[in-house]
Amino acid sequence: MKALAIDTSSFVMGVSLVDGDQVLGEVITNLKKNHSIRLMPAIDELMKDAGVRPQQLERIIVAHGPGSYTGVRIGVTTAKTLASTLGIPLVGVSSIEVLAQNGRYFNGVVSPIFDARRGQVYTGLYREVNGELTNIARDQICLLEDWSTHLKSQYENVLFLGNDIAIHKEVIIEKLGDRVKFGQMSDHNPRPSELARLGISMEPAKDIHSFIPNYIRLAEAEANWLANQKK
Amino acid sequence: MDDDKLILAIETSCDETAAAVIKNGNEILSNIVASQIESHKRFGGVVPEIASRHHVEQITVIIEEAMNEANVTFSDLSAIAVTEGPGLVGALLIGVNAAKALAFAHDLPLIGVHHIAGHIYANQLITDLKFPLMTLVVSGGHTELVYMKEHGNFEVVGETRDDAVGEAYDKVARTLNLPYPGGPHIDRLATEGTATIDLPRAWLEQDSYDFSFSGLKSAVINTLHNAKQKGMEISNEDLAASFQESVIEVLVEKSKRAAIEYDVKQFLVAGGVAANKGLREKMTEQFAKLDIELIIPPLYLCTDNAAMIGAAAFVQLEKKQFTGYTLNGNPGLNLERN
Ligand SMILES: [Zn+2]
Repeated sequence: MKALAIDTSSFVMGVSLVDGDQVLGEVITNLKKNHSIRLMPAIDELMKDAGVRPQQLERIIVAHGPGSYTGVRIGVTTAKTLASTLGIPLVGVSSIEVLAQNGRYFNGVVSPIFDARRGQVYTGLYREVNGELTNIARDQICLLEDWSTHLKSQYENVLFLGNDIAIHKEVIIEKLGDRVKFGQMSDHNPRPSELARLGISMEPAKDIHSFIPNYIRLAEAEANWLANQKK
Repeated sequence: MDDDKLILAIETSCDETAAAVIKNGNEILSNIVASQIESHKRFGGVVPEIASRHHVEQITVIIEEAMNEANVTFSDLSAIAVTEGPGLVGALLIGVNAAKALAFAHDLPLIGVHHIAGHIYANQLITDLKFPLMTLVVSGGHTELVYMKEHGNFEVVGETRDDAVGEAYDKVARTLNLPYPGGPHIDRLATEGTATIDLPRAWLEQDSYDFSFSGLKSAVINTLHNAKQKGMEISNEDLAASFQESVIEVLVEKSKRAAIEYDVKQFLVAGGVAANKGLREKMTEQFAKLDIELIIPPLYLCTDNAAMIGAAAFVQLEKKQFTGYTLNGNPGLNLERN
């Protein structure tokens, strides 16, 4: 199966092209540059290099969030439009789960994080079972301080992954001490070939038209409006 | 028959998700618009993040509907066109990225269109444009007089220095506690009242084609405030009529003067506020005396739609003005760039 995978949910932009159990190619950048400008040229170049035409694609896989609202929307819009117009299945995968794969062989639990400002992070928790990661705490947004305290009370070994660790490292160490490990430089970028690997074995979305990002949070205006209604 | 050129156009610059298929720049094969107004009403205006979320939800189904209703396939198309700007950046990005995906999937040329060029070319769907022409563009984000000596050539000869006219309508409507969007409510109230309240007209410098509406808006707010302090009742209908008269007088006078000075063959009205009944009537009455052809599109082509984007894109298709996959949403796009 030829599949194209797209991840624009953080500053890391990732595109990969796989065929069956072969990764034909992948593009990863970790740059604070506009995904909207660079995504389609990256897809175009990768597909051309691999000699794969759009009509030969059999599945589109996208990291559907959580992450940057605008970033996720660029990937999801591109992915759902491609899948819809090519008439092929679309699969959405958690952006957190993709990043977690970089700690697949860690002996303990893996907590990938994306900064969500004001001391908050998007995260989730994963643990290896028979060479595959299983989700043990759903994707969520939380205060990193609370999250670290919770992890300390439950787990002996915790691996943190993600390019935003630098923002939160002090708090994590303060809370978890020697129970925490941090990934190496090369472990922090979510890999689009991992996204493809996950997406190939997952059930496609039932309806492409109604496929939307997993924002986790309501839009601020909506949340405020709902709060006012309850008053 | 094979010479027919079809464009699939997409528009997501504000709060409507729209797609249309246009033949040869002047014939609508389909024109689908999903409005989000109901969703934004409760916030009293368009919330950008909510607009972007709705666009993602709607974009592929609207495109599919446009293609189905036109009864065409992608191999029948000559190009994909999309609003590049100006507008809300997050909203623009949905249309732009969808358009790029379609162009890539079907190896079609991609055309980035200026939203205001679209509003102007909505008129091409009614009648052939004759040059030179002048357009009064009036909407929630724009108040401009645009001169065109030929297809695809835009010169802004006047623009608002503060609020757009639609913005002024919305702000005054809010002061009168009218629901969002307020423009149509003021237009309706105005027909029930009489313009008895003296409000300023901002003519600016004698030869200027620029506009200014923030002073007028403040005058309305002050009038209400002063009346309240004196314990006087002011009828909303009369205030709406007076406000509307002041706005329309300036718009119509400057339009007439520009039409005469630039010696145009046609005068067009474009944009959401072109749906205003008072403005349509006054323009029609005044231009009849000038012997200059006046075109005002029907209501469904005044508000945001993708048919107008397809009409404007046709000129770019003929000139082979295509863009690459680096196309981006540009909230500050300049109309005169070409
Ligand atoms: Zn508009």
